[in-house]
Amino acid sequence: MGFLLLVLPGAIALLPVDREEKPFERYEEHLAGSRETIPMVPIHGGKFTMGSDQGPTGETPAHQVQVGDFWMSTTEITWDLYLQFTEQRNNELNSDHSDEVSLEVDGIASATTPYVDMSHGMGKKGYPVINVTQHAALTFCQWLSAKTGRFYRLPTEAEWEYACRAGSAEPYSFGADSTQLGTYAWYKGNSQNHYHPVGLKQPNAYGLFDMHGNVAEWAMDQFELDTYAQRQGEITVDPWVVPDRLYPRSVRGGSWQDEADQLRSAARMGSDPRWKRIDPQIPKSRWWFTNAPHVGFRIVRPRVTPAPKEISAYWLPAINDY
Amino acid sequence: MKPKTNPTRRTFCKTTALAAGGVLAMPLDIAASSNVLGDDTIKIALVGCGGRGTGAASQALSTKENVKLVAMADVFRDRLDDCYNNLATMFAGSDKLMLTEDDKHVGFDAYKHAIDKADVVLLTTTPGFRPIHFDYAVSQNKHIFMEKPVATDAPGIRSVLATAEKAKAKGLNVVVGLQRRYQDSYLACLDQIRDGRMGQIVSGQVYWNSAGVWVRERQPQQTEMEYQMRNWYYFTWLCGDHIVEQHIHNIDVANWFIGEYPVHAQGMGGREVRTDKKFGQIFDHHFVEFTYPSGAVIASQCRHQPGCVDNVTESFQGTKGKVYTDSQNKAIISGYDGKVLFDHPGADDPNPYQTEHDVLFANIREGKVTNNAEYGAKTTMTAILGRMATYSGQLITFEEALQHGSSLMPDAYNWDAPPPVLPDTEGRYPVAVPGETQVLST
Repeated sequence: MGFLLLVLPGAIALLPVDREEKPFERYEEHLAGSRETIPMVPIHGGKFTMGSDQGPTGETPAHQVQVGDFWMSTTEITWDLYLQFTEQRNNELNSDHSDEVSLEVDGIASATTPYVDMSHGMGKKGYPVINVTQHAALTFCQWLSAKTGRFYRLPTEAEWEYACRAGSAEPYSFGADSTQLGTYAWYKGNSQNHYHPVGLKQPNAYGLFDMHGNVAEWAMDQFELDTYAQRQGEITVDPWVVPDRLYPRSVRGGSWQDEADQLRSAARMGSDPRWKRIDPQIPKSRWWFTNAPHVGFRIVRPRVTPAPKEISAYWLPAINDY
Repeated sequence: MKPKTNPTRRTFCKTTALAAGGVLAMPLDIAASSNVLGDDTIKIALVGCGGRGTGAASQALSTKENVKLVAMADVFRDRLDDCYNNLATMFAGSDKLMLTEDDKHVGFDAYKHAIDKADVVLLTTTPGFRPIHFDYAVSQNKHIFMEKPVATDAPGIRSVLATAEKAKAKGLNVVVGLQRRYQDSYLACLDQIRDGRMGQIVSGQVYWNSAGVWVRERQPQQTEMEYQMRNWYYFTWLCGDHIVEQHIHNIDVANWFIGEYPVHAQGMGGREVRTDKKFGQIFDHHFVEFTYPSGAVIASQCRHQPGCVDNVTESFQGTKGKVYTDSQNKAIISGYDGKVLFDHPGADDPNPYQTEHDVLFANIREGKVTNNAEYGAKTTMTAILGRMATYSGQLITFEEALQHGSSLMPDAYNWDAPPPVLPDTEGRYPVAVPGETQVLST
């Protein structure tokens, strides 16, 4: 472990800062100035087998990974929540403001107002936000962190997969039988060609809804096919492939558009410039896709708050999209 | 696990941009270059260097033909520079940008200097100027791509219609940026409609309901003219109001699918939510009923109010079935029994913003002619008619609107000239009052 701490950038987060002070239990994050809440459940970190040996390139080889403790939102972030950040921008600070992070809420860039209906006519109230870029999703996290004083970010691929598996080594969190998928997930076989309100299907063992399907979810990583093949040693601790270019970045979980196979816990996908293909402006929007009605996100909060310098590394700089 | 250090797109662009800079720094004499460049080179001038103009230029430069950007024009130097830098990044390593400092023209007359240097001009300024730019481009025998809307008032439309005739007589290509007309889903759907799949269209609902657009705040050193030009969306003479600037797309689908222009319109609108003075004079909602010669009635809704139901789609009901279309490549015709008669598979359709330029430049190379100016003008007029109906609260015919609609444009164009609308002592602009506002010249 000690050796791994030196070579793994993500492991810096393991430095104990305030582990003793925070009860590690379920809570509801609320947004001052609105009735919206975000249910957060504790995910006790641990070792697990990430990837698969049978899946396509990119998922192989299966290998041992360890992640720390974190909270994760039980549902995908909804339009109702996201619009607090964008069109009805609500910068009121929470009265129970914590001091995990120090960010000025007014200093955070706001997503532009989209010209068209970004829900593609599928509805907004209670539905997951879609067509958001990773930059937009991360900026939402930054804004939420500034409002609450608690450090929220996107999950890394490792955290996401650990949470999705919920202790299962099988293809899905509920086992290997894809005929059961409809109990837990919205996918091509039952979605009727549109997304659904969050939290309608059965949750996994950690209490997380829609990890499989409904909308695919952003992770923090650059998407590389050889990520797993490059991992060496017995175990990789808190891996994060820090993005340094705009495409492709990692999206997990599959969506209402996808076949059952693409909803597996180990399945991976990368973002694609074609997701903005009918954006008429140059540079293209850094906030919105025009053709990604299957991509949303959920958030995590690490149990151990990283030092301010490490936190700022998570707010990835925007890259112009031509 | 170390972060990956593969060569990135960013560093690639940086490296090649430097290389391209070396090429661009060489002086290039345009008069001499026509010989150097060879016969198949198509020279492009961009007039209007905002986000859409930059997009249009990038699409023009992405066509298969041998195209070069040779001149740019804008009233604002900073907008021109941003545009140039974005294009230089996009086309780094190519020789698509062939212009020097002398080919970057700034000011109200800049369009002339840029147009003079080109074979094809891209007219993408704020819409109020389009009739003037279109007229000059046709007088100089240029092929044209021009963005919608093509004017903001009836005199502007009359000018564009007259210029369109001249362009036709000269055999010039004129492509108008109503890109749904170049979008596979709409084209496939129209084929079905013309084949009688849904019978005759008798009614429809077209929508552009969204949260609104950007605002540019007033800066202390600005003259009133500069402020309005920067914050142009909120001034009717420059933008046409959002029923003209945005909702034109959906209204155009109604005109196109029905195959007619309305006889008359009546409607209602106002400013309910977006009332601050920084929002100039335009309405935040319009609801118009357009009646067509065939008897079809189209309900047109556009709204700029956050927190409401968004909808940017078109629906029509025919004597045998109904159709739904939207810009995300959906086009579905179904019977009244719910049976789907046609469902366009659009997931991999091309980008219509690119297609319209592909058509324009292929035409020029092959000596073919496409001229969208007339429908561009009449559809713009339809949207202006809608605005005239909501501003005045009256039922107005297409013909009287076209022949007698008031001019909105100023007498002079310079930074110290007074724009046609001025703020009161509190900085508020006059907003139309239905029942009182006159929209026809007496």
